[in-house]
Amino acid sequence: MNKVVGSIREAISLSGLRDGMTVSFHHHLRNGDYVLNLVMEEIAAMGLRGLTVNASALFDVHAPLLRHIEGGVVTGVAASYISGGLGRAFSRGILQGEVEFRTHGGRPKAIAQGVTPVDVAFIAAPAADAMGNCTGKFGPSACGSLGYAFADARYAKKVVVITDHLAPYPLQGWSISEDQVDYVVAVDAIGDPKGIVSGTTKMTRDPVGLLMASYAARVIEASGLLQEGFSFQTGAGGASLAAAQFLQEIMVRKKIRGSFASGGITGCLVEMLRAGCFESLLDVQCFDLKAVESLREDPRHQEISAMQYAAPGSRGAVVDSLDVVILGATEIDTDFNVNVHTDSSGVIMGGSGGHSDTAAGAKIAMVIAPMFRARMPMITDCVTCVSTPGRHIDVLVTQGGIAVNPQNGELKDRLRAAGLPVMEIRQLKEKAEGITGKPKAVSRGDRVVAKVIGREGELLSSIRSVPQNP
Amino acid sequence: MRRSMLFLPGNSPNLLVNAACLGADAVIFDLEDAVSPAEKDAARILVRSTMGHMDFCGCETIVRINAVDTPYWQLDIDAVLPEGPGLLMVPKAGTAEDVRTVEAYVTRQEARLGLASGAVGLMPLIETALGVENAFAIATCSPRVRALFLGAEDLTADLQCRRTKEGREIAYARSRLVMAARAAGVEVYDTPFTDVNDDEGARSDALTAKSLGFTGKAAISPRHLAAINEVFSPTAEEIDYAYEVMEAIAAAQRQGKGAVALRGKMIDAPIVARARRTIATAQALGLGREEQV
Repeated sequence: MNKVVGSIREAISLSGLRDGMTVSFHHHLRNGDYVLNLVMEEIAAMGLRGLTVNASALFDVHAPLLRHIEGGVVTGVAASYISGGLGRAFSRGILQGEVEFRTHGGRPKAIAQGVTPVDVAFIAAPAADAMGNCTGKFGPSACGSLGYAFADARYAKKVVVITDHLAPYPLQGWSISEDQVDYVVAVDAIGDPKGIVSGTTKMTRDPVGLLMASYAARVIEASGLLQEGFSFQTGAGGASLAAAQFLQEIMVRKKIRGSFASGGITGCLVEMLRAGCFESLLDVQCFDLKAVESLREDPRHQEISAMQYAAPGSRGAVVDSLDVVILGATEIDTDFNVNVHTDSSGVIMGGSGGHSDTAAGAKIAMVIAPMFRARMPMITDCVTCVSTPGRHIDVLVTQGGIAVNPQNGELKDRLRAAGLPVMEIRQLKEKAEGITGKPKAVSRGDRVVAKVIGREGELLSSIRSVPQNP
Repeated sequence: MRRSMLFLPGNSPNLLVNAACLGADAVIFDLEDAVSPAEKDAARILVRSTMGHMDFCGCETIVRINAVDTPYWQLDIDAVLPEGPGLLMVPKAGTAEDVRTVEAYVTRQEARLGLASGAVGLMPLIETALGVENAFAIATCSPRVRALFLGAEDLTADLQCRRTKEGREIAYARSRLVMAARAAGVEVYDTPFTDVNDDEGARSDALTAKSLGFTGKAAISPRHLAAINEVFSPTAEEIDYAYEVMEAIAAAQRQGKGAVALRGKMIDAPIVARARRTIATAQALGLGREEQV
């Protein structure tokens, strides 16, 4: 038996895809992905209409999708993250309905529970065999973990694996197994390696970023959680990486052996694993080549599904065992609500990803953000969009001081005792506004262009349209 | 108190606006080497406006103006003088005359602007062989001179030798500057350690400077500030000893004794002076005791 079919079009035909159905994609090839565009081009050419695209994230490389929306091929979009180039079009109201944002944990849960059923999942696979066993660990377009594709593979009615590296059966070290796959298509290239993962992720040299990173590491040190069995997650931004590096110095100096680091994995976390700071890495997504190589070579570095990573109410999610997570914010308000969906003009430029999942699960959810970006203060009275509710955020670290959520009085006392510059969040807001001034409120349209759905399925926020040239 | 001074390029708004947060006792807004000729006017305006608008929360602001052999230095002074810089750093100070030229202009401008005469101090930057040899003359050429500052990068170029992390090539200049400054009764600050990724090297270099008698040390990266501040802060033992000295002196006075011994050593005037300085620094850092000595 052999599941290989001659073309993407043939796979679409065989899958039984019809008008109004839902197709899904993962974003492990990030801004180098060819597969979503290849598939949607065929779907459009076949004359199908009214489809919903459910992608774990959309990047600027997916701009051709906008044409399919305008042409009526696509009438629904669901994602956990939408980058700025596409976000601007959605904010202008290109979609007649509303974009549905779900978290990295909420998305697979909604798929599994049939809230957002997937008819056909198209899984870009850097390596696959003819029966559909596939992985991201090998091949010319290797991206590492395929964590976000697991739920799609398991719960979609039909599953199509698309690969540019067809390996002999059985593929060694598969991530998704053949019993979940219906068809396999071989193409010339599934992505541009340059856009998939960066060669290296670099620590920031920006003094303000370094200052915040050093505060972040000191907050962790003072929190009382940094001891044997410590678990940690951080992002791939410059300040987050610097914080991880400073944390590594502390852990090595104090001979503290943690349990695991999780989430999107960078070379920086791989270094921490090798330095003995952690027993294992739980990897839902690789951010750089060093992480890809480590996932392939080191058994302590394990691939996990988005369900295992972050799904709420499941039998077990890694985020619920997390001690500390470091997060970003485009805005935070005086109730600690965080916006990571829109910029200060209200234009979509991101999404929750795992933000609210990890914030809800971790013992300490720390937001690192500068007091202001260019002339815009980052702390507001009320965020334009609630991506993560303030009750899940414990501490805000800025270059001008550290604010602790009043609900976490013990942490506040610990940070004060450690000599860290703790102040009220309102004081920090005033400090920033003392420099930037208070910005005028931005006008917004009447139309809701996106819904932000919390990890439990609740509506957190409605994102409104913005004028053509805000 | 200036344990640490951080150089910030005068044409970098993001750094200027964050100057107070970075952990330095003083920041040096640089209008000279960090700013290309095409950017000089923009940097000057930016530094002036930042100084006029921002609250630096106790962090002292110093401005490095351009050298007297350029067409910029007077414009620099015109721009920043009304904003009350803590010090003006005068680069490439080779002779007392260089510094007097700046002093005369500052005095004229203070009068013209109705500012208090003599309020702004000068910190000559000694970064040539000529400057090192003239260090004492420079330090004593004007009451405005509050400190000398060693610039090792330009100096080693002038000496035609390689700048090393160990710094043997600047050992003479360091000692010569400390000697001249102390003889003149002014402060003296050490050159930055330039490998921003070498934290241990920065600490070691600061320890060297402290051991030679420098008052503090500059940095080009905020990463080095914590080490510099720590090295140039009195230790708990030094603070305790300083209070013991002052208590012993007070006790001796109460008992009408002339000579005082502590831990088997005679306490003389220099030891008392050092103890007073240590206590003053400790108090400025919030490490002092509540009782007045």
